[in-house]
Amino acid sequence: MSAPSRTLATDILEATGINPATCYQCGKCSAGCPMASESDLRPHNVMRLVVQDRREAALSEQSIWLCLTCETCSARCPNACDPARVIDAVREMSIEAEVADMPRNVAAFHRAFLEQIRTNGRLHEMGMVMEYKLRSGDLMKDVINAPGMLSRGKLSFRAERIEGVAEIKRIFEKCGVTP
Amino acid sequence: MSRIGVFICHCGENIGRTVDCEAVTEALKDHPGVAFTEDYKYMCSDPGQQLVKKAIEDNDLTGVVVAACSPHMHEKTFRRACDQAGLNKYMCEMANIREHCSWIHEDRGEATEKAVDITRTIVEKVKHNQPLESIHIPVTKRALVIGGGIAGIQAALDIADGGHEVVLVEKEASIGGHMSQLSETFPTLDCSQCILTPRMVEAYQHPNIKLHTWSEVEKVDGYIGNFTVKIRKKARSVNEDLCNGCGDCQEACPAKRIPSEFEAGLGNRTAIYVPFPQAVPNIPVLDRQNCTLFKGRRKGLAKDACGKCKEACLKDAIDYDAEDTFIEEEIGAIVVATGFQLYSIGREQPEGLKGYGEYGYGEVPDVIDGLQFERLASASGPTAGAILRPSDGKEPKTVVFVHCVGSRDSEKGISYCSKICCMYNAKHAMLYKHKVHDGRAVAFYMDIRAAGKGYDEFSRRAIEEDGAEYIRGRVSRIFRDGDVVKVWGYDTLSQEQVVIDADMVVLATAMRPQDGVRELAQKLSVSTDEHGFINEAHPKLRPVETNTAGVFVAGACQAPRDIPDAVAMASATGAKVLSLFSADELEREPAVAIVNENTCIGCMNCAKVCAYGAIEQREICTVDGHVCGHVAYVNPGVCQGCGTCQAVCLSKSVELQTFTDEQIFSEINALCYWE
Repeated sequence: MSAPSRTLATDILEATGINPATCYQCGKCSAGCPMASESDLRPHNVMRLVVQDRREAALSEQSIWLCLTCETCSARCPNACDPARVIDAVREMSIEAEVADMPRNVAAFHRAFLEQIRTNGRLHEMGMVMEYKLRSGDLMKDVINAPGMLSRGKLSFRAERIEGVAEIKRIFEKCGVTP
Repeated sequence: MSRIGVFICHCGENIGRTVDCEAVTEALKDHPGVAFTEDYKYMCSDPGQQLVKKAIEDNDLTGVVVAACSPHMHEKTFRRACDQAGLNKYMCEMANIREHCSWIHEDRGEATEKAVDITRTIVEKVKHNQPLESIHIPVTKRALVIGGGIAGIQAALDIADGGHEVVLVEKEASIGGHMSQLSETFPTLDCSQCILTPRMVEAYQHPNIKLHTWSEVEKVDGYIGNFTVKIRKKARSVNEDLCNGCGDCQEACPAKRIPSEFEAGLGNRTAIYVPFPQAVPNIPVLDRQNCTLFKGRRKGLAKDACGKCKEACLKDAIDYDAEDTFIEEEIGAIVVATGFQLYSIGREQPEGLKGYGEYGYGEVPDVIDGLQFERLASASGPTAGAILRPSDGKEPKTVVFVHCVGSRDSEKGISYCSKICCMYNAKHAMLYKHKVHDGRAVAFYMDIRAAGKGYDEFSRRAIEEDGAEYIRGRVSRIFRDGDVVKVWGYDTLSQEQVVIDADMVVLATAMRPQDGVRELAQKLSVSTDEHGFINEAHPKLRPVETNTAGVFVAGACQAPRDIPDAVAMASATGAKVLSLFSADELEREPAVAIVNENTCIGCMNCAKVCAYGAIEQREICTVDGHVCGHVAYVNPGVCQGCGTCQAVCLSKSVELQTFTDEQIFSEINALCYWE
């Protein structure tokens, strides 16, 4: 008797504690997904790919990067499959396997976010916006909202740093992450 | 002259809303023969019934008409009230002004007119009613159970435990039925034989149960409480009284390679055999078709070609010259529990069905059916419980399970869902994964129908815990390709074609009624549906009764049933039989046909059309005893009061009591006469 072979589903189970086989393809996750109209694959399609052990297709799928992690799918799942967590785990594997097909602005957004954390230890909204605009090249989008947000204190020029920024930087270095 | 009381019920608002009940009362007041009229809010209530009783006594009424709901609803109520007031209860009739009038009309004026008409017709009918007496028939407190599977065994035990004798007839050599062939049972994975064999032994040893195996019902006469059943005891060629079940005859038998029915063809048996080690009774039968001696006799050899079993038998129990014998049993109630057989998949099919040539069953040895998989998975089976494929005895590493083979396929002749396949497929996938840990179990399904206590959890367990892969879609083709069995399917969830290289394929085939059920149903005067399942009297309210009084139905001969269903039905028939046996006599309404012997010409048309076999021919003798003619006689115990005989009688000699021609014509006349 040999041990059961490694599959995408067993990897997900190991990483998240979620058994993707619990998905019975009812589609309730996709029915409530705010990104459903934007994505080629909806949450239940991703679950299906995982169950079928279609690693390549799942990991290189662009749709997984459109997930907002709003977790509506997970909140509504009748069988506790947690599709949002599974999609997140697939994204991690996708980056590790270096097959991630991240749309440019999505990648820019993630990197801008991480850079803010690395330099400030927390999110600085104005920094985040600037960083994103520089990385994505989409300089003028939504700029019209800026005065209003500034006057209402939603954006500020001054970044608030936490005390242990040096430690945060060390964490990033240790993990080998350079946003 | 009739003195009829007419009582009009408002039924709260049910009738009163659409029918002007006071107007109906007024209209009937002056109708000829009506001596009393009254309307009331709820006639069926206690004060309403008191009103009827008082009116009968005060007005010396000769008949009662209650214009209210359907007779199904309250005829009994008002007839009882009349009986209590001293009026023959069959002088009371219902005029249905609710279901037939107020509920289906909107216009108050027209509905009121119609209610008057309906009530008038019934008044005219009651004028011709005769005081009748209920029919009393004696009851033989002895039951016949046909079929010794789990349903038959359960029914027999329940009736026997209730203190009445049971005759249990089984056509095979042992009781136990299909359940004895199963490995483990869903949803608990109990070992099937472990829970069944104690029941089999209990039935065998029960002082109230008389067991006839290798026997069939030949003929059934009579009616509820009074059946006479002729049973054919097929020639066993082994004397049941002498045999001690030692098995020496089987050892000695030279014909050892006959496919075993019990092992679903995956194992062999001898010509003289006990179907399985736990058989009850543990007495062999001689299969004459495959016996060397009988083959020789059929060829006309002068000398017997064998005789080894007889030589080996120390009890001298073997009798090659035994013939079928017949016994007659007096029976009061019959339980039919003849069970099912599996749809046979291959190209050869009985009339009305088509086979699956595309699935390769019978051509590819590693394509098997569910019952064959049960035998593979059974510890007492041909592989001692190891999952090994039939072609080369290797352990299959990929097994495909196909749902709905035959079932839900109108094109092949079976439109129904066989109900148990989703569950046993999940069980098979589970058992396979428990035995072959690195194996792959793939199931093709259309829907998973797992309605039952713990059922859905069970089928989900097969997927979530045991890792069975479920693919939604039917299989298009199964064929052999070298060492593998190719399965072509479609995954409707992923919307793509799927090809699986399987080592073995298990087809979950449809459940069908046993062969010969139609003939048996004819003997019992019960009806069958288009597929040959026995019809129940009412799909909801009388699920274990048939349309013949005294004949009950349990288990998979009525529709596809799993074990819990079959046992529940069997116990229900047990309760029905015991309640029938609780009285010494049966009381029946006198709504039966009677023959006027003076006018009957003995054509017997009535007997030909009678669906219940209630009509027989009787001789008419002269004063000095010579037979001078024949007339029809309706047995009141069997007659169900349908009136078909009345419709076909050429000489108008047979009439249904309570629905005579005179009564019906009076009703029609009433409609025509009063405007």
